[in-house]
Order: sequence, then structure tokens, then C-alpha cells
Amino acid sequence: MDTATARDALAEADSRPALRFLTCGAVDDGKSTLIGRLLHDQNLVADDRQAALARDSIKYGTTGGDIDYALLLDGLEAERAQGITIDVAWRYFSTPRRSFVVADAPGHEQYTRNMVTAASNADLAVLLVDARKGVSPQTRRHAIIASLLGIRTVALAVNKIDLVEFDRDVFERIAADFLGFSGGLGFRQVRGFPISARYGDNVSTPSARMPWYSGPPLLDFLEMADVDDARAAKPFRMAVQWVNRPHTDFRGLAGTLTSGRARPGDKIVILPSGQNATIKTIATGDDDIAEAMAGDAVTMALAEDIDAARGDMLAAANDRPQLADQFAAHLVWLSDTPLYPGRSYLMKINNVTLAATVSDLKYRIDIDSLAKLAAKSLSVNEAGVCNMSVARAVAFDAYAGNRETGAFILIDRGGNETVAAGMIDYALRRAGNIHRHHPTVSKAERSALMRHRPAVLWFTGLPGAGKSTLANLVEASLHARGVHTVLLDGDNVRHGLNRDLGFTEPDRVENIRRIGEAAKLMTGAGLVVLCSFISPFRAERRMLRELLVDEEFIEIFVDTPLAECIRRDPKGLYKRALAGEIANFTGVGQPYEAPESPDLRLPAGREDAVALAGRVIAELERRGLFGA
Amino acid sequence: MNWRLQNTGLRRLEAEAIHILREAVAEFARPVMLYSIGKDSSAMLRIAQRAFYPAPPPFPLLHIDTTWKFREMIAFRDHAAARAGMELRVHINDDGIARGISPIASGSNLHTQVMKTEALRQALDKGRFDVAFGGARRDEEASRAKERIFSLRSAQHGWDPRRQRPELWRIFNTRIKPDESMRVFPLSNWTELDVWQYIKAENIAVVPLYFAKERAVVRRDGRLIVCDDDRLPLLPNETPATMRVRFRTLGCYPLTAAIVSTADTVDAIIAELRGATTSERRGRLIDDDETVSMEKKKREGYF
Repeated sequence: MDTATARDALAEADSRPALRFLTCGAVDDGKSTLIGRLLHDQNLVADDRQAALARDSIKYGTTGGDIDYALLLDGLEAERAQGITIDVAWRYFSTPRRSFVVADAPGHEQYTRNMVTAASNADLAVLLVDARKGVSPQTRRHAIIASLLGIRTVALAVNKIDLVEFDRDVFERIAADFLGFSGGLGFRQVRGFPISARYGDNVSTPSARMPWYSGPPLLDFLEMADVDDARAAKPFRMAVQWVNRPHTDFRGLAGTLTSGRARPGDKIVILPSGQNATIKTIATGDDDIAEAMAGDAVTMALAEDIDAARGDMLAAANDRPQLADQFAAHLVWLSDTPLYPGRSYLMKINNVTLAATVSDLKYRIDIDSLAKLAAKSLSVNEAGVCNMSVARAVAFDAYAGNRETGAFILIDRGGNETVAAGMIDYALRRAGNIHRHHPTVSKAERSALMRHRPAVLWFTGLPGAGKSTLANLVEASLHARGVHTVLLDGDNVRHGLNRDLGFTEPDRVENIRRIGEAAKLMTGAGLVVLCSFISPFRAERRMLRELLVDEEFIEIFVDTPLAECIRRDPKGLYKRALAGEIANFTGVGQPYEAPESPDLRLPAGREDAVALAGRVIAELERRGLFGA
Repeated sequence: MNWRLQNTGLRRLEAEAIHILREAVAEFARPVMLYSIGKDSSAMLRIAQRAFYPAPPPFPLLHIDTTWKFREMIAFRDHAAARAGMELRVHINDDGIARGISPIASGSNLHTQVMKTEALRQALDKGRFDVAFGGARRDEEASRAKERIFSLRSAQHGWDPRRQRPELWRIFNTRIKPDESMRVFPLSNWTELDVWQYIKAENIAVVPLYFAKERAVVRRDGRLIVCDDDRLPLLPNETPATMRVRFRTLGCYPLTAAIVSTADTVDAIIAELRGATTSERRGRLIDDDETVSMEKKKREGYF
């Protein structure tokens, strides 16, 4: 193509937003090779990179001296050395008709989370299958993930067709196989292509070697694919991202329209407050505009004097999103540390970050068969359906209807890792129906009768650290001073309230959650609650602190060295655990996460128990627990 | 006529960059924008002005001066910052100067390590910045293609490609621990051509070195090195010749090579790029050391 034609044609590519697609499929099905081929066919592999590629193909290549296009994409040292793709690579290319952003997602099962990442930002999936192997568990897995993440258009590229003598039957059998499986996945369009990424057959141009195939090459399909999800045709939504307040006369709400259109004069509602407002002006930079549409980053001013803040949702007044603090959602777990229902995470959704827990894990989805499996937790790369509970009501739409306002991530509170991708299914009705009962007698009034403040003294430490001994001494001392107390420990809780729970990690989390709720009720009655539990995980102790009033939760770390606990071994449990007779025993088979900043740390290996109990009482006095 | 009504592709890219900048400003306490004087920085600066208008961008500009930038770049830098009405902080690694580090005496590797990577770490620590914007794009280089938009750095400013957070939808996990920081790349999804189209559409001034002009050059290892001042020692067989050249990328002057070109306007550059057969970083001598050199530099804290 001469330069003049190219320039005219590029105007067409400019007029449409880029198509974002991902390539997926099993290891060695040729994903990177396909992208390398597409770039090469568009003359987008620059001469100097071509030279580097030839050099690298000899050093790292897997194609016996031929150019290995996969090396164009596998940019990390470890990937080149191991010949695999670890991370999502983003590539950019344009044809005269369209610009493309390609996410190359890794095939290995342990990198499924990267595919989820790539799929969350893609409009279309190119799913590769090795013609010699046919539809594999990885193919199915990737199709299911694409479907979960809301991708509705799939190109099934049956690759390495040259290695099966360009056999039509092989292609048709694989295509039929895939269609049979994917029928229930909600794809709007699935189309098969017999290709050879290595030699370019049916990639950018039709192949002369497959006269039986009369369809378009893959690139034509990508250029023409109509994946516009009609975001602009959906109801108006914009989550406030930042409030622009340069001086007292201007208050701009800055954000990106996630769907719909907006014009000055439009009636909107602000959620969660539910206030009504009217759009006064819409600006992008220093230009006031007549209309903004989905995808635009704008600054809006309202006609009314209303205090909206980051995380508030602006929405069409006559077509509102849902507002709830409990909802059902799909989760894909991304972290090596499993999900435990009841554990507190941070949820980021529509520019708000708030505390969230999985209140009920309903089932796990077998990603190979779509079967629903009973589950108590989710491990890395697993997907499931759950009920979520968040600290306060948030505005959202179901993910199936709006991929932007219905999506969230979960973040680990300790390490800040992104642990899950979430997609909301629907609000739970009961969220709106359980109205808290406001009691006539308040907690403060109950407490006043007691002549001391309520508190939870939480003793944590290894088995055999001396927690119960200390808790008993402290309780005796408090009782003698006329303080109303109650002692919760493994003996009275495990045999009653929590007798259905075992010692696996999810059960330990649920155990602590229930004890926390029980302790909360008891502080409501004005009691000082002494709790003596191993409570090995920081996350649960943090959850307790948040569940209770902060100053009422006193974390006491009974810090006895492991060697000393093993020496004491009052119940003979270490001996059995070390002999392999008890699984999940804290300190032996399961870790104990020591508190980083406890309210009180007792060096229990060095001082005697009576002196340590005295230190607890002194701390309570210092905190003014006993009142005037 | 507003170009945004015609060029939907560029309009989306601009909106995405604005979204990223606002998110970082909303979530972090002490942002800073790395300003390298190049075309990408110029585009990013304009986007920042638009993102926060009518307020000025709520962060300073930071330039790491290796003292080997082209003289035209320094003049342009001071002018651009003044015109934007933004605070400009310039940091030089005085320790490196005292040690006599220079691209000529020390070689490109050591010079880049000390005067860019170490200098950047010093400047970020000194300003206690918790987030720094950079104009890097994923299409520049293979390891950049795997970089997140919000990219976590350790307390030592190191990048760990194996511990990157998954980046889903447009929801960015901005949480960091004390002393960690974030590098944020608003132009991640832009290509070199997109940047030039934006410069044209928004009529943004760039350093004149990007435009073809007669300049004194020597040919060295097959590259054209412009003689910017008398600090460049000529080899015995070298005599500067006058050639019509321009730069596709701007770095330290003995480490950045020019290309033969007649493109002396933004339109001519765009036309030239559409027919280009070499990559942008071809002019960067520091990338030649090893294929994986960029990843190595980034692990050490390079932008």
C-alpha cells in the first residue's frame, strides 16, 4: 500500500475506539506466535527488532532456527529462559481499518489469574487450540473464564493446521466439539478459523493451502467484529473520582462516565444519599461541552449546592442503580492465601474502598465442567459464588448488565495484595428488610449500673503459652474488685456454640468470628469478657478489633517461645503433633502469626503468672476501666 | 472544530490517562510528575492540565538532570514549567558529579545507574513522594509491555516483575505500606504515533530537537551522534559533518543518536512514522547493552 492510501485509510481506524482483545489457550498452542505473526504481517516489527529477534531465536528459540515470534512478546528474562509466558503482555497495532490492543495471557494453570486480568479489559477473545490436540481442559477453562468476565465474542483459532495436513475434518470436528461445550456460556458469537500462526495461513490473508475454507482470515474478523457493548446506550452512571474545588465559587465533580450520556440540564440522583440534582455544566479540560458519553473523563458542576464526595455515584434519576450492603457475587480467587468466609477484606468498587466479608460461600464452580461443588474456601485460581456483606450501602449494577459498575476487587488488609476479582449478580433483598431494632435501654445505661466499663481482654498465643492460666488469674482478681466478668475459652465454646467446627483454616476463622460476635453481645450487657484463644491469624484479630468498639478491645499477647511451650506441653498435644498424629496444630503444622503491635505483650517464658496478671490489671487501671 | 468529535481513538486514550491521573491524586498524599522534557512528558503535562482544570495540577514537576541533556532541552524545560505555572524541582546527583561520573568517562551503564537511577531514588526519598507519574508507554520495549499502570515499588524503589498485582477493569489497587511507593503510567496504552497525533491535535510545543535541521554530527558505531557542545571528545578519525537530522527520542546527548530525516513539522513526523521501519528506542544506546537491560534497570529503580 502506498503512503497516501495508508494515510486516508488510517482515518477510518482513528474514528473508532481500539478493539481490545485477548489471546488465550493452553501452553504451546501458539498465542505469542500468533500475535508476533499479526505484528509481522502489518510490517510492525521494526528492522532493528527483527535483527534482535533473529539473534534471540538462535539463543532462546524453540523453532529450530526459524524466527520465533513468541520472543517478540516474552519480554521478561525468566520467560525467555523458560520459553513460557508468565505475565500479561500488552501489544498495540493498527491496520488501515482499526487499531488493536492485544493482551497476551499466559496458558499455564498457575497463571489463570493473569488471564482474568486480561479478560477484564477485553471485548473479544481469540481462543487458540492445537489442531493435533483438540479442545483441552485449558481450552474449556479459558472459555469459562472469558464467559465469567463478560466476553461475548469468541474467535476459535484452530492453530498448527499445517501439522495435520490442512485437514478439513480435523478443523470441523474441533469446531463442533467447542460449540457443543460452549453453548451454555452465553457467548453471542463464536466463529472458527483454521490457521497456521507460524506460516501465516488464514491469519492476515486467505490461505491457498486450504481451498475448502471459504471464510475470512482471522484479521478480517477482528477488523469487522462488532463488539460495541452499547455502553453509551445504557443509563447514565458516573462515580465521583475527585472533587475539584479551586476556589469557593466552583465545585466540580470529576469522574469518568462508565455508561450512558449526560447533557447540561439532565436530572440526576446522587447515591447513596439519594439527593436529586441537575447537571449545570460539563467540561473536558477547559472546553465546556454539550454532551458527554460513556468513556469520557469530565468535570461536572451541579445547579444545586450539594456536597458530593469521592465514591458517590451520579446516575440517571429515572433509571437508578441498585443500592445495597449485601449482594450475591461471583468471585475469582487470585491469591495464594485462600478465601475464608467471615474474614474481613477491603473491597474497592466504583471509587469507594470499604470493609467487606464473604458472609456465605454458596459453592465453588468447577472451571472444567461448570459443576457446582460444595466448598468452605476458595484457593488460588478457583471461582465461586457467594454472598458479600459490606460496611455500608454502595451503588452498583449487575455485572451482566454493566461491566464497569458491577465489578469490584478484594484487597488483603495486611499485605495489600489484590486477592479477588468480583462480579455482582444481584442485591440481596434481606439487606433492605432487616431493620435494626433500637433498644429502649442503651449500652451506656447498662454499663452505668455496673460501675465499670465493658471490655474484651483477648489473650492470644501458642498452645501451652499459659493463656488460660493468666486469664483465670486476671478474672479472679477482677471478680474480687467487684467487676462483672465472664470467661470464654476453648473448653466452653468448642463444646457448645462452635461444636460443629473443626480445626481447618476456614473453621478457625469462623470459630473466631462467632466468639467475637458473642463477646460483642456480652459487652453490650456491660461485662468484661476474658477470651483465651490461640487465634493464630492476624486477619481475624484485626476483624475482632473492628467488630468491637476499638478502645474496648484489648489484645494481650502471651509471648512464650515455642521451645518453652513444647517443653511444658501441659496436655501432651505437642508430642502428638510432632509425631504427626494431629494435623493443623498451631506451631507445628500451622503457622502462628504473632501480633505486630498488641496492646500488651507478656513475656510469659520469663516472669511468673501472678506478676503478669498484675501487669494486666495495671493496664486496665491505666485505661480507666474501673471508672471513678 | 473539536478534534475529539472525529478521533474517538485518541479521545478514549486521553480520557483514560485523565482517569489514571485523577485516581492517583485522589488516593495518594504526595504525588509528583517525572518530567523528562521529551514529547511523552509534554503530552502528559497537557493531559494533567486538562484533568484538573480549572485548578492547576496538584503536584510539582521533577526533572532528574544528568547534566548531559542537550542545551535546547534545558531551555525548553524551564520555559514549559513556567508556562504551566507549576513548581519545577530539578535534582542532580551531586555525589555522582563529585565522583566524576560521565557517559564518556564512565560508559553508558554506570552513568545511567548513578546519574539517573540513583538520582531518581534520591529525589523521590528527599521529596517523600508516595506516587510518581511517568510517561513510559508499553509499546516502547518488551519488559515495559508487562508493566502495570499502577506499579508497586519497594522501599528501595525496586520493581519485582513476579510480584505485580493483577490489574482488573479500571479498578486500581493503590494501597501501599509505609516507605513503599507507586509509579503510575498514564500513557501505558499509547503508541508513539498516538503521542504525535495528540501533540498535533492539541498544538503542544515540543523541544526543537525533534524536528529535522542541519546539525553537526559524527558517525560512531553506525549511529549519528550530534556534537552538542565541546564535551564530546572526537576520535582520531572523526570529523563532524553537517547533516539534516532529527531525534525520535531524547536522552543524554552522547547516548542518544539522531536519525536522518527531512521531517521538520509535526505533520511530516506523523507521515514519517507511518512509513517507519525501525523502532523508537533504536536511538537509545543504553538499551543495546543486553536485550533484557530495561528489566534490569527497572528492578534497580529506573523509571
